[in-house]
Parts: sequence; C-alpha cells; structure tokens
Amino acid sequence: MHGLINRALENVLRQRHGTVQWQRIAASAGLPFESFEPLLTYDIALTEAVIAAACRELERPRDSILEDVGTALISLPAGERLRRLLRFGGVTFHDFLYSLEDLPARARLALPDLVLPGLRLTDLEGGEFRLNAEVPFAGAGCILMGLLRAMADDYGALVLLDMIPTAGHTEEISILLLDAAHAEGRPFDLAAGVAGGTR
Amino acid sequence: MDAASILPTLVPDRCLMLPAGVLDRLMPMYLHLSADGTILAHGPTLGKIVGSGRLTGRQFFDLFDVRSPAGMGSTADLFARQGQRLHLTLRGRTDAGLRGLALADAAAGLVLNLSFGIGLVDAVRQHALTDADFAPTDLAVEMLYLVEAKHAVLEEFQRLNRALQGAKAAAEEQALTDTLTGLRNRRALDTALAAACAGRRAFALMHLDLDYFKAVNDSLGHAAGDHVLRHVAQVLTREMRADDVVARVGGDEFVILLAGVTDPDQLSQVAERIIAGLSQPIAYEGEVCRIAASVGMTLSTSYPRCVADQMLQDADHALYAAKRAGRARAVVFTTDA
Repeated sequence: MHGLINRALENVLRQRHGTVQWQRIAASAGLPFESFEPLLTYDIALTEAVIAAACRELERPRDSILEDVGTALISLPAGERLRRLLRFGGVTFHDFLYSLEDLPARARLALPDLVLPGLRLTDLEGGEFRLNAEVPFAGAGCILMGLLRAMADDYGALVLLDMIPTAGHTEEISILLLDAAHAEGRPFDLAAGVAGGTR
Repeated sequence: MDAASILPTLVPDRCLMLPAGVLDRLMPMYLHLSADGTILAHGPTLGKIVGSGRLTGRQFFDLFDVRSPAGMGSTADLFARQGQRLHLTLRGRTDAGLRGLALADAAAGLVLNLSFGIGLVDAVRQHALTDADFAPTDLAVEMLYLVEAKHAVLEEFQRLNRALQGAKAAAEEQALTDTLTGLRNRRALDTALAAACAGRRAFALMHLDLDYFKAVNDSLGHAAGDHVLRHVAQVLTREMRADDVVARVGGDEFVILLAGVTDPDQLSQVAERIIAGLSQPIAYEGEVCRIAASVGMTLSTSYPRCVADQMLQDADHALYAAKRAGRARAVVFTTDA
C-alpha cells in the first residue's frame, strides 16, 4: 500500500488521539518504525495491522475509525492540500461527484505509483447516486464515505450518505444530494496553492 | 493586402449563426473585430484581464501588441496571418503574454481567440480567475491541478531528502568503520582504547604515519592515494591478530592497539615487519607508488596507571622521534626518549 495512504492514516490517528496513543498503536501493530514515509511503498499487511491495532487500542469499531480517517483527511489542517486537489474536480458538489471516476487517473498524474481504488458513479436521478469502489481492504469504502462527508461540507452541500452492504471486493455507498447549496461552503481560490501563492 | 480579396467564398447555408452569448461560453477569451480593427464584442474573461473599462468600440491595436509574427500593425496583417499562432501582450503591461489565433468571419471582420499558455498560473492569481472564467472544455483547471500536485509531491520529496540526509549524517556519526579502507575509525579506536585501559590485559599502542604519501597524491592523483591507503590497510590487517584493533585516524595516520603485548622487542619486530611490508612498491594502473612508514609505540606496562590520552600522546612523541631519525623507522617510547 502506498506510503501516502499509510501516512494519512497515521496523521489522522496522531492528530485525533495524540502521539502517545499513536506510538501505542504502532507498537501494537508491530511496526518496525515509528512513522510511515509518504513516498515509499509498504506491504498492505502493515496497513491492515495498523487498522486492527487502532481498533484494539481505541476500543472503537473498524468502520467508525475508518470513516473518521476519511473525514479527517480533508478537515484537519494538514488535509488542506488534499482538499484543494479534490476541489479541482468540480465547481459544485455535483461536478465533484462526477469527477470521482477520474480520481485514480488524477492521482496517477501526480504520483505514477499511487494506485487508488477504481470508482464508478451511477446517477439514479433526483439527487440519488451510487458509488462503487473496488476496495484494497475491507472497510476502505468507509474512508471514502468519510471523505465524501467532509467534501460535502466543504462545498456547502447537504447530503445523506450510507454504506450499502455488499460482498467481495467492492463496496457501495448511497449518496442522496438533498441541497447542493445548503450552506456557504469553504472558498476555493484556483491559484492559491502554488509557488508564490503562499498568501 | 485588401481584406475583401482574401475572404473565403461564403456559402450561406454553411454559415453558422450563433445566438448572443454562445461565444462567451465557448471561448471566454474571444475578440470580434470589424474590418478596421474596432472591437465589436469580446468574451467575459478577456474583459476581466484587460480590466480598463469598456472594450467594445476601441481599437484592437491600441490595446494589444502583437509581438510575433513581426510587423503586425493592422487588421490587414491579421487577415494575412490567419490560422497562424500569434503572440500578444497588452500594451503598457508587463504581465503574462497571450497566444492567439485570428480567422475571418463571414462579414469582412475577424474573430480572435486568445489563451494564456504557460503564464496560466500567474494570470489566474493576478486576475483572481475561477473555473467559471474558463470553458468547461478548457484544460486550464487540469493544468492548475497538475502544477499544484507537482508542487505537493516535490515538497514531500524535499522533506524526505532532508530526513534521509539527517539519518545519513547520524549514521556516519555513529559508524565505527572508515569507509575508505574498511578499518576501524577514530571513534571505534577511542572506545577500544578505553575498554583496554579499563581491562587487566596488557597491550601496546602503535602510531603509524605514512612517509611520501603526499607525493603519491600530488603526482598520481587522489585515486592513487586512495588505492595506497587501501593497500596499507591490507598490509596492516595481515600483520595483526584477530583481537588487535587497526584504525585509520587521519588522512595517512593509523593507530593499532595490540592486545597482550608486554615485550618492547617483540613490539619492535612487528613494527619492522610492517615497515618492510609498506616499503614494497605498490602497483597502480601501470604506475608504481612508493611509500614508507614511520612508527611510534608505547606499552601499557610502562605506566603505573593506564591513561588513554597519555598513551596516545607518548606514541605520538615516539613517532616524531622516528621521523626525526630518518624515515621508515620504529621507536618505542621511553620516559627518557
């Protein structure tokens, strides 16, 4: 699993629960180091071990932890980069949903060895969507759901999200877009994130 | 050139009629010029960039400077250069250049479409442009995405590099091996010497300095010098036993800790063998390097109490006595030396 994803998981656990708790989780997972390097690639068994250790140490269900990770990826200050990169996907939350299918290709443009799960969006009309993800590990869909929740907030959209039980290597999220302009949303300045743009 | 003479033959049913506002969406940076260069209409994004009041009714060449192709100063020139890539700037402004394309319309006028090209990021920042300022078919936003993603990745790589640099420095700091020769380094020697001093077993210390090494370096280069140092390391290792410590402590300086040696004569014999070994010519890429070695020694049995620094200093004294006595000598330290 790409280090970027492992590091994101680590950052979220660190920031939500503190460094001491993270160190406990890392030790319980048997990590041979204290921190993931975002640009290296790790055996997926390590990712699995960290998630399992987090469930044990934090005494929380797996899905809840993973959804929290997805939300925190965007909403924590360290997530500003990712938030911006995702906002390039569309002007509205509706556009953004449609850009999700391009997400793996966009990720590869930035980092050729970053493999994101394949995503397929089905528009059921009337603001109802289904998002299918080919997940690399069980519960990865919950991360995606947390991320969608945070992005909906970012766009100021009111949505209802739910995991639909599935079997096998795909997970499915139902998305009900109730109001695309429910709240103000956070501003997005196209050129704010690049060189010289450290305003 | 007469504008009318190069007008394409118009076939009415092949002329595309567009309602007002359509071009605004399709090409938000278009300009529509009359035959005399008056701006008849323009896209909204272009209006934002020019920014100085109404554009319609003004002269194209008053506002824009066509930098290339050279010598463009009239609509006739634009007609003549239809379909060619134009490079333009706004008159009196130093900011990002624009690129463009001019084609005749169906009524003796011209349509120009402009874009930012490589200056896109600066232009977006300077004019606070948003997605809505670009046609949905334009890849400008994808380019901005890529620039930002590249930035993020580069930053991360720089951070990783700094981390690795720090780890490398720390590892080198803690390393006990001299990377050139594979012998122990100063740090390792200090540790071994402290341990020997604390232990009960007698030992000897040998300080060895190469003679004529600088000459090899100067005449045959650093690679030859490195080769010689590796050769010296081999000779020293060959002469020593497993529990002796051989360290390179400086450019061409070596310190050897010989465990269990109490006899000055035996020590001198070892030194003589080393000196003899190092006096043999060393072949290097068809050349021959000649060096020698001077050795100063001291024995732990000469001291009532072992003090590492004192022993190192005394071995050093003996070494200089050896050098003074001529090269390729070995001297054992005595208090009256």
